[in-house]
Amino acid sequence: MIDPLIWLILLPLAWATLAFLLGPGRGARTAIAGLSLQLWLAFDLAMKIGAGGPALHAVGGWGAPLGIDLAADGLSAVMLLLAQSVALPLALYARAYFAPDKTETRYFWPLIGFLLAGLNALFLSADLFNLYVTLELVGLAAVGLVAAGGGAAQVAAALRYLFAALLGSSMYLLGVALIYGAYGTVSLVTLEPLLTADAPRIVWMAGGLMLAGLLLKTALFPFHYWLPPAHASAPAPVSALLSALVVKASFYLILRLWLGPFAPLVGALAWLPMLLGAGAIFWGSWQAIRTPHLKMLVAWSTVAQLGYLFLIFPLLATTGALQAGVMQAVAHGLAKAAMFMAAGVLIKATGQDMVAGLAGVAQRLPLTLFSFGLAGVTLMGLPPSAGFLAKWLLIEAALAQGYWFIALVALAGGLLAAGYVFRVLRQAFLLAPVAYAIAAVPRTLEWTAFALATASVLLGLRGVELMALLAAGSAP
Amino acid sequence: MSSGLIFAITGVVLFAMGSAGMLLVAHLLRRILAFNLMGSGAFLILVGLAQRGGTPDPVPQAMVLTGIVVAVAATALALALLRKLHTLNGRTELPRVEDD
Repeated sequence: MIDPLIWLILLPLAWATLAFLLGPGRGARTAIAGLSLQLWLAFDLAMKIGAGGPALHAVGGWGAPLGIDLAADGLSAVMLLLAQSVALPLALYARAYFAPDKTETRYFWPLIGFLLAGLNALFLSADLFNLYVTLELVGLAAVGLVAAGGGAAQVAAALRYLFAALLGSSMYLLGVALIYGAYGTVSLVTLEPLLTADAPRIVWMAGGLMLAGLLLKTALFPFHYWLPPAHASAPAPVSALLSALVVKASFYLILRLWLGPFAPLVGALAWLPMLLGAGAIFWGSWQAIRTPHLKMLVAWSTVAQLGYLFLIFPLLATTGALQAGVMQAVAHGLAKAAMFMAAGVLIKATGQDMVAGLAGVAQRLPLTLFSFGLAGVTLMGLPPSAGFLAKWLLIEAALAQGYWFIALVALAGGLLAAGYVFRVLRQAFLLAPVAYAIAAVPRTLEWTAFALATASVLLGLRGVELMALLAAGSAP
Repeated sequence: MSSGLIFAITGVVLFAMGSAGMLLVAHLLRRILAFNLMGSGAFLILVGLAQRGGTPDPVPQAMVLTGIVVAVAATALALALLRKLHTLNGRTELPRVEDD
């Protein structure tokens, strides 16, 4: 009997260790085989949860108070599916992207395995302390991936990222310590009935600390300072992984705490994340429109798109808002991975990373540019993309509760996204003479980016299934 | 005042000192030390608050042990990166972000 809950964590740990021992060539093959199995396991788990409700696994046969419980509901299943389905095409892409003899390749495969093990464990954790450990695992692996390039800029970006991550998780840990001091438990399920609106002041402090730490890790404006340098200076496959999945991990955690144990406390606080989210949309888009570098543009767009995730918090009384947030997380995950992958191809082919240097690539790399455009369609929220569905749900929830200005922010954000996406496309279609030779790029790079971009658009048509899965776990 | 509470209050002071160091100090080695101070503060709070009725609670002790392992790993990574930065450009501070 294979329990997907435990194998989703063990499998990446196993192939990460193997990849370290085998070296980059055979390590890559091991990783891709492992990731394919994981994708199948995630589907299997999603089917089980869709049919039979939340799943639970006591690690090693030891139950919750003494041992560690793993739990999965609809939300976890959606995030697990997203993580595996972004990681597999990304691994195929990375295998073609990296030269096999570089140092960055040697560390890439083990680190990506540890990162995925951490992410999967985070989505499956059922207590506050386990969540802290997995959050740190994800953070350390991600910092390693940023630094793997080995240049001074990358190491500096990695250190900046590491300090932001450590500050965030230390604040979270202090929150956990205070909660344990007040209630003597860290289990999410046990805490839920204990926390009420008249909880002692120490619990409010703990909640505030945890929320602030996680916002720092999610890079919500104005805590975003570490994200653009870290995401832009890493190699393209790493940037794609960081933007698509790693920032979503702490968002998932905020959502989990907000909807779970902290639900009675946060009523009045809900406007704070929403206002910061609106700030993120405007500031991130504005910087994306201004920056001269292609990867910086995509990284700033991540800052902006993360803002949408936080617009939902005042609206969470209706189920549509949660659906909008999760849909946006999935849509942005797929689209941003595709966009960074396409940007990586453009940079590899033209040998430079200025937006202004892209003139004329439309004739030479039509497929890659098409992928970039498709990912852009999702970010702008045009039908039938998943991004459109997310914005539609968000605007519907906002108007139903009379908060028209949230709808307005979402619409304005779509227009701003069009601003920076078309900036790239316009430049690419110029018929300027190309000042440099466009290098040939492996076909795999172009097709994997295209596959993810297409998925982000077509998911809009299968949104109902995803929403059904999300609802499957939340029913008691 | 019980001994547990004294531990917890010391932890709060350490945590505050550490977080001030993380935010205000530019030298990276000092920031790494500040992070360790922050971690130790959180661990003291965790162990101190959980002592009720004089009997120590084993669960937070296990948590602190796990936390120490995580903190050691993070410190090792930070130190390795700092050494790498130092050999690459001879600096022990992060460069300023230009567009922020």
